[in-house]
Amino acid sequence: MSDTPTIELVDIYKSFGSTRVLEGVGLPLFRGEVHSLMGENGAGKSTLVKIMAGLHLPDKGAVRIGGQQVLFRSTAQAQQAGVSVIYQEPTLFRDLSVAENVFMHRQPKTSYGWIDYAEMNRVVSEHLRQLGVSLRPEDPVLGLSIADQQIVEIIKALTFDAKVLIMDEPTAALSLEEVKRLFQVVERLRAKGVAIMFVSHRLEEVFAISQRITVMRDGRVVGSGPMKEWTTEEVIRKMVGRSLEALYPKEKVEPGKVVLRVRGLRRAGVFRDISFEVRQGEIVGLAGLVGAGRSEVARAIFGIDPLDNGEVFIGERTLAKHTPQAAMAAGIGLVPEDRQQQGLVMEMAVVRNATLTVLHNVQRLGLVSKEKEREIAARWTQRMQLKGHIDEPANILSGGNQQKVVLAKWLATQPKLLIVDEPTRGVDVGAKSEVHRTLSQLAKDGLAIIMISSDLPEIMGMADRVLVMHEGKLTAELSRSEATEEAIMYAATGQVSSQGERKSKLPVTDNHDKGI
Amino acid sequence: MTKESKNTVDSHGWVSTLFRRRETSLVLLIAVLTGLTDALNPRFLSPQSLKDLMLNVSIIALLVLGQTVIILMRQIDLSISSIVGITAFLSGDLFVSHPGIPGIGVVLIAVLAGFLLGTVNAALIAWGKIPALITTLGTLYIFRGANYAWVHGRQINATNVPGSFLAIGTSTFAGVPILTWIVLVLLILFSIGLRQYRAGREYYAIGSNPNAAILAGINVSRRVATGFILSGAIAGLAGALWLARFGTVDATAAEGIELTVITSTVVGGVAITGGVGTVFGAVLGALLLSVFSSTLVFLRVPSFWQQAFQGAMLLVAIAADAYLAYRYALRSRVRWSHV
Repeated sequence: MSDTPTIELVDIYKSFGSTRVLEGVGLPLFRGEVHSLMGENGAGKSTLVKIMAGLHLPDKGAVRIGGQQVLFRSTAQAQQAGVSVIYQEPTLFRDLSVAENVFMHRQPKTSYGWIDYAEMNRVVSEHLRQLGVSLRPEDPVLGLSIADQQIVEIIKALTFDAKVLIMDEPTAALSLEEVKRLFQVVERLRAKGVAIMFVSHRLEEVFAISQRITVMRDGRVVGSGPMKEWTTEEVIRKMVGRSLEALYPKEKVEPGKVVLRVRGLRRAGVFRDISFEVRQGEIVGLAGLVGAGRSEVARAIFGIDPLDNGEVFIGERTLAKHTPQAAMAAGIGLVPEDRQQQGLVMEMAVVRNATLTVLHNVQRLGLVSKEKEREIAARWTQRMQLKGHIDEPANILSGGNQQKVVLAKWLATQPKLLIVDEPTRGVDVGAKSEVHRTLSQLAKDGLAIIMISSDLPEIMGMADRVLVMHEGKLTAELSRSEATEEAIMYAATGQVSSQGERKSKLPVTDNHDKGI
Repeated sequence: MTKESKNTVDSHGWVSTLFRRRETSLVLLIAVLTGLTDALNPRFLSPQSLKDLMLNVSIIALLVLGQTVIILMRQIDLSISSIVGITAFLSGDLFVSHPGIPGIGVVLIAVLAGFLLGTVNAALIAWGKIPALITTLGTLYIFRGANYAWVHGRQINATNVPGSFLAIGTSTFAGVPILTWIVLVLLILFSIGLRQYRAGREYYAIGSNPNAAILAGINVSRRVATGFILSGAIAGLAGALWLARFGTVDATAAEGIELTVITSTVVGGVAITGGVGTVFGAVLGALLLSVFSSTLVFLRVPSFWQQAFQGAMLLVAIAADAYLAYRYALRSRVRWSHV
């Protein structure tokens, strides 16, 4: 490590309109170091990344490369200066081949000036081989998994001979295995002397990979220093400005009557022998690896997916029909995993989104009444402590606030049982605890909740009881006191896993869903 | 070209397979259609009617080259027919007002005029950020309106045009009209340009994912602008050739052909959503449409049916694209589940 950073941001200011996003941010990246940048959503990380990528110009402040001040007016200039950026969502040309994606705008040429496809494919297949990926350079990107697309992005950066590699939440859509593979690649690049910036929400990953950590809050750097000076608690405290205990504000509730009872649910090839009950005021955690069939059970209970066998009782009565309409009429609400695709109409105003489930209640003479709509939306969004105005479209809200709108939408139906699938995925730490506080409050008011989550601390912190699934079967039912990380993982991996190496120390943050 | 063919053999990529399939199926369709019509009416393959067919398709095919570049970028250029109209009359007017002007000079001036009109589109779309559909719909009317005002009821007749110039549209070389040769040479140049040069690949990149194109360092505005300028220049050339082909030009020349050109391009496998297709396929699309209308004429189908058939073919082509994409999605999902 030398004393001059490979790239350094000095006293950067940036505003969009009247919103000040960065206020005097300084950040050095050193040769051969992984520097992690942490912060809640909206802390200014993405803007910082975009300034380094040449997508935004800072209002004030300097970018220095090897001590020399530079000004990136375009991504091309940043790339030429050796700065490569890998974004969370791969930005690829799906109609073009892997090799073309890697070399777009800078394809090698033959002596007579044509694109040298043979050379292009050779270089890319060499990189693919080194990374141990079974892709062909001629393959079209259309149809590749997110992980494979990320590999294409990484190869792109490798062929740039990047001196600085910025990775903006690269692991958000990767499975555990893929994260490991990515980290091996990062480690190799670091050993080669590349300065790496790693932006992530996942503490365990940050602690596994970094030499230096910087934490941002509200557009400022609130802490920065070598890895050894940090603890998990310290990072979280700096990020949210409060301590870890406040993260899971679960209130003690005495469970009431049985609200939902399912017996012998089976769907061929997906799940079988699923029997459990949920009581008033209880939060039942449904844990397991991705692909264990948790969401599928939820969808079947709600009547979206068919059931081959089994019964669903709401209170004392069985469900009349196996349809979502019947489930809703019986008092079940389902908050799906994918907010943007299944939970919200992104372009529509919050007020519209929040009343979609209860349109029949907001009608007057067959037409939607604006006043009633506003009244209902306002009642539930206030209850959720939604930040932002109800007339704004949903897509400008942060992830946490979007989740609150989805919750409000289902609460407006005044359900007896709410099934929430991954309620805090992609939500920053601060908003996460607000969602948790809301769920906890709802349980206290007598709502029965089934919470599907891959986030073990969340399950352990929130659930009164934990059901664990493995390959379509319930493998454990644990009380709050029994539900330790080890016990859950033990059951979730089916005790003796056929793939022993997958029992990693990394918790189950397996976001990968292509195998479902 | 050995490299190219090796590539094709090596490539198992679905996209290239699809391209091959689309071009193969176009050729097959054209062959079947021709064979059937010839069986019913042997005059269909007479040298004269073949020559007519080639002449009919040539100008459309030429315009298809420019439109392919545009549609690859997920853009559209509706104004080409008006540019052809203006430049066709301009070419004739040059011969009238400057007797003895060399034909090549007229062609160059027509191309330059098309270039300038294309630049108007380019400026509005690339820098004015007005959607191409709106811009070129506007200029389609503006250019045509200006043409009417300027022409003011005049007409160019074959007698005003030198025979040597009209020969481009009538004489043949090796049995193929000169006009068609010009288009074939340009087809090959465009094909190489789009496949073998960075600029060519950038048109695909922009249509495939405009954001990624910016991130790759492509100057998208400039690249989009070049596309519209190129399309305009091609339309200028088509205008000069229109005069050579028909001899008679008034203010209505080439009215409405923009839709035939766009239909041909899409039928030829250039995805309206950008990023996919080749000029070769697009020209085959033009040929198929042209053969199809000739067939209808030879089979004495009333002419109003022709348009309906053209529309049906467009829908069939788009449906085929959607179906293949759907089948591919199914296949890749199966592949994933085995990973």
